[in-house]
Amino acid sequence: MDGDRRHLLLWFFAAATAVKLLLIPSYRSTDFEVHRNWLAITHSLPLSEWYFDETSQWTLDYPPFFAYFERFLSFFARLLDPKIVDLHKGLDYSADSVVYFQRITVIFSDLSLLLGVYRLTRKVETLKRNLICVLVVWSPGLLMVDHVHFQYNGFLLGWLLLSVSFLQDGRDLIGGFLFAVVLCFKHLFAVAAPVYFVYLLRHYCWAGLATGLRRLVALGSVVVAVFAAAFGPFIYNGQIQQVISRMFPFGRGLCHAYWAPNFWVFYIILDKGLAFTLRKLGFDVQVPSASFTGGLVGDSSPFAVLPQITPLTTFVMVLLAITPCLIKAWKKPQPGLVGRWIAYAYTCGFLFGWHVHEKASLHFTIPLAIVAVQSLEDAKHYFLVSIVYCYSLFPLLYEPQEYPIKVLLLLLHSMVMWLGFTALYSDEKALKEKEGGESKSKFEIGCIEKGYLIGLVLVEIVSQFLHPYFLGDRYAFMPLMLISTYCAVGIMYSWIWQLLKILT
Amino acid sequence: MPKKNHSGDGTAAPLPVPPIDTWWWLSHKGTTTSFLCISLFALLIRSAVSMFPYSGAGTPPKFGDFEAQRHWMEITTNLPAIDWYRNGTNNDLTYWGLDYPPLTAYQSYIHGLLLRFFNPDSVSLFSSRGHESYIGKLLMRWTVLSSDALIFFPAALFFVLVYHRNRAKSQVAWHIAIILLNPCLILIDHGHFQYNCISLGLTVGAIAAVLCGSEVLTCVFFTLALSHKQMSAYFAPAFFSHLLGKCLRRKNPILSLLKLGIAVIVTFVIVWWPYLHSVDDFLMVLSRLAPFERGIYEDYVANFWCTTSILIKWKKLFTTPSLKFMSLAATVLASLPSMVHQIFSPSNEGFLYGLLNSSMAFYLFSFQVHEKSILMPFLAATLLALKIPDHFNHLTYYALFSMFPLLCRDNLLLPYLTLHLLFTLIYHSQLPKTKASSFSFTNFPGYVFLLRTHFVISLVLHVVYLTIQPPQKYPFLFDALIMILCFSYFVMFAIYTNYTQWNFSSHFRSADKEKKQI
Repeated sequence: MDGDRRHLLLWFFAAATAVKLLLIPSYRSTDFEVHRNWLAITHSLPLSEWYFDETSQWTLDYPPFFAYFERFLSFFARLLDPKIVDLHKGLDYSADSVVYFQRITVIFSDLSLLLGVYRLTRKVETLKRNLICVLVVWSPGLLMVDHVHFQYNGFLLGWLLLSVSFLQDGRDLIGGFLFAVVLCFKHLFAVAAPVYFVYLLRHYCWAGLATGLRRLVALGSVVVAVFAAAFGPFIYNGQIQQVISRMFPFGRGLCHAYWAPNFWVFYIILDKGLAFTLRKLGFDVQVPSASFTGGLVGDSSPFAVLPQITPLTTFVMVLLAITPCLIKAWKKPQPGLVGRWIAYAYTCGFLFGWHVHEKASLHFTIPLAIVAVQSLEDAKHYFLVSIVYCYSLFPLLYEPQEYPIKVLLLLLHSMVMWLGFTALYSDEKALKEKEGGESKSKFEIGCIEKGYLIGLVLVEIVSQFLHPYFLGDRYAFMPLMLISTYCAVGIMYSWIWQLLKILT
Repeated sequence: MPKKNHSGDGTAAPLPVPPIDTWWWLSHKGTTTSFLCISLFALLIRSAVSMFPYSGAGTPPKFGDFEAQRHWMEITTNLPAIDWYRNGTNNDLTYWGLDYPPLTAYQSYIHGLLLRFFNPDSVSLFSSRGHESYIGKLLMRWTVLSSDALIFFPAALFFVLVYHRNRAKSQVAWHIAIILLNPCLILIDHGHFQYNCISLGLTVGAIAAVLCGSEVLTCVFFTLALSHKQMSAYFAPAFFSHLLGKCLRRKNPILSLLKLGIAVIVTFVIVWWPYLHSVDDFLMVLSRLAPFERGIYEDYVANFWCTTSILIKWKKLFTTPSLKFMSLAATVLASLPSMVHQIFSPSNEGFLYGLLNSSMAFYLFSFQVHEKSILMPFLAATLLALKIPDHFNHLTYYALFSMFPLLCRDNLLLPYLTLHLLFTLIYHSQLPKTKASSFSFTNFPGYVFLLRTHFVISLVLHVVYLTIQPPQKYPFLFDALIMILCFSYFVMFAIYTNYTQWNFSSHFRSADKEKKQI
């Protein structure tokens, strides 16, 4: 049975790998050059200069473990083609060797995702396990962001899933250790740190004074050890200030250039709307000199009417949003609910964070996939939110060559989800005794949800076809704004739904 | 993997969930829904392969098949129909002149209009020769994708629905995946660049119509397929013999034959109308379709003439007319057993084998066969995959291998390897259960050993071809070795399928004593 299961997981992974290999010649974003530059920096320069180098504009802004990872990869890169790791000659290098090398490292690093899913689904029954595998390993968002746009999210999310799997098994120390490791790979994962902290404190360390204190010390020392391994060399060199400033570049604006579909989209639109109406009504409203995507220019605010938002404001808001979850975790720390809480934490971080990128939506959709098979409502919710987040990633791949690919990925994913969920929930229905209220246990999409999804199609038609046809290049921001706003509605709905689910 | 009987009988002991067939969730909503799901995946794979280079990319002055198709769009959108096949100042037939029947020309015309609307530079007369651009490539690729989706996929659905009408539904999804994720078709149509999906789709439609019993539709579809690519004639003996066999069993054979004949003629006249006004025009088109002056074989294709030419120099020993006659005779002889079988005992199953046998016979013995022509027997094999799974597995491997040099020249090595991987994954996802046939090569001593040695040699050849330079004296040494290996497998395969088809009559007609020819 277990051998069968392993074979099937490997089968899913191999099928996904086939698709990923075929995506090698597709569009690459600047993130590709970013990672190549990091290969060069970590290979050609000593440790003390990693966070200081400015040969290229793509400076190192991830924590040290990721830098060590790039150093490890750069060893193989140099064997393949030394020009890849050359700091100066390798700038914007786009030969076949570097493309194949980097793409294949992403494919290999996805093995950690496979390991995470394997551990998480050990005790789940067959159909659910297959479905989780399909939702995670064949996630269209992962394919679009990691294997076309180019990033290493699969690798990092694998570690996160491993950590969650250990927490679910009740092995909190290892779970905490793995989370600390993930944090040292990419600090963006720190949004879930409050949840981990509260949960571990309550579940692991709250066991009587002596054991509790011993465990607290153990946990603390493990975390400190991990951080020491990561940041130690830099603290020793006295460079910790530089490292921190590189990791948290608050010089950037509230929104990324493409306006991730989060809460701030509404805030900005409200501000613009109010400014417009007030101007029409005769009030003197200054046009702000700063922009949302640019940095904080002195004291001026990019907002015309509403109060300015600073990084601190966003931090407080995220914390406030996570608080109900923290309270629940404190009152009753259940291992089975950890996945849900972590997904919720990342949703809040996505909605209220500073300079959030659309790609960050992967952080909550992958953990949500694990939770999606636990009940009918979860399945319905996941069906909606995964389509919305996948669609919100469309503007990332803006070239015509990838258009059929991204549309087909989304359609395929929706169809597979629908088939999988209907199989799961009608199967259970068939196995139970025939009770009353059959329609409740069947997987069906409600009218509002259907309407929203049809609206999604309309938004795509308008932004992709009608807008260029009628308006050409004018108001180029409008399609993006339309997509962001429409998706933000869906993601806000998801947040509220998750919050209610946690509270009840 | 244990199969599940979905209708629980309720008398069993109270157990939790019974084992479920792994792919049940894909096919539980019916054949059409699973077809839709798999076709989305198939379209995704096609779109991804489209990103790779096409034939003749960046190689002036002649380029390759991509440039040929683009040139045909240029010719058909700028000149009147009668001039398409005629040599003239505006249409230089030595630069990729049209050499497929009129339906290809009409299809080029429609696609040419599309290209002209979005990117006029790519099809303007003369100045667009050798035109290569991002948007031009994209539009051309999308024409193939749309033809595939509009013609091949519906035909495949038609076939699957008809074929699986009376069978267990557990293997439908597997069969659909095998048909739609045909690696040879994807690599040639969406990689190298051709429009085989249209003629193959029409052929599949004709085959499905035969299984359905609507013979007039068969004739219409097959005539359309023939009018798109003359290579569809590879299947003609099978269609002819099966329909003849069926008609002879009717009450009024002459009337049935007449009906079918009229269907063929009417379709033919409608498609070829611009070229039927004078005998000269008609012959002009025909002469373009059969370029005998190019010789009995070109390059290194794994068929009889090319492989034996290593020992017997056919081109030097015989003139072209006598070679024409010899290849015709050999082809007819090779397809005779299967034709005779179908005329005397037509059956749907036998018909499918007949398709495989006649197309294989044509591939092995016909005049001017290209490597890409393996698509024809391979298509027939995908339709029969449930019946001959082991042999189908090997055929796929060797069919792809026979195209390996061609694909390497097109820089399609990665899609080649990936589609091989994908095919293996799909093939092993759910191995179909077949009853052991009475004749199996495994009974022959040394067959398994032979097959294994073949496989090892082919692996070695893969690596050698990619890494080592051939000696100066024999620059095509490795191509020739690949060709010999593939040819020997195809011959073994053809013997097996012919024997199997021939044995059908013994299953069906054990009471009748029919004289058999050996």
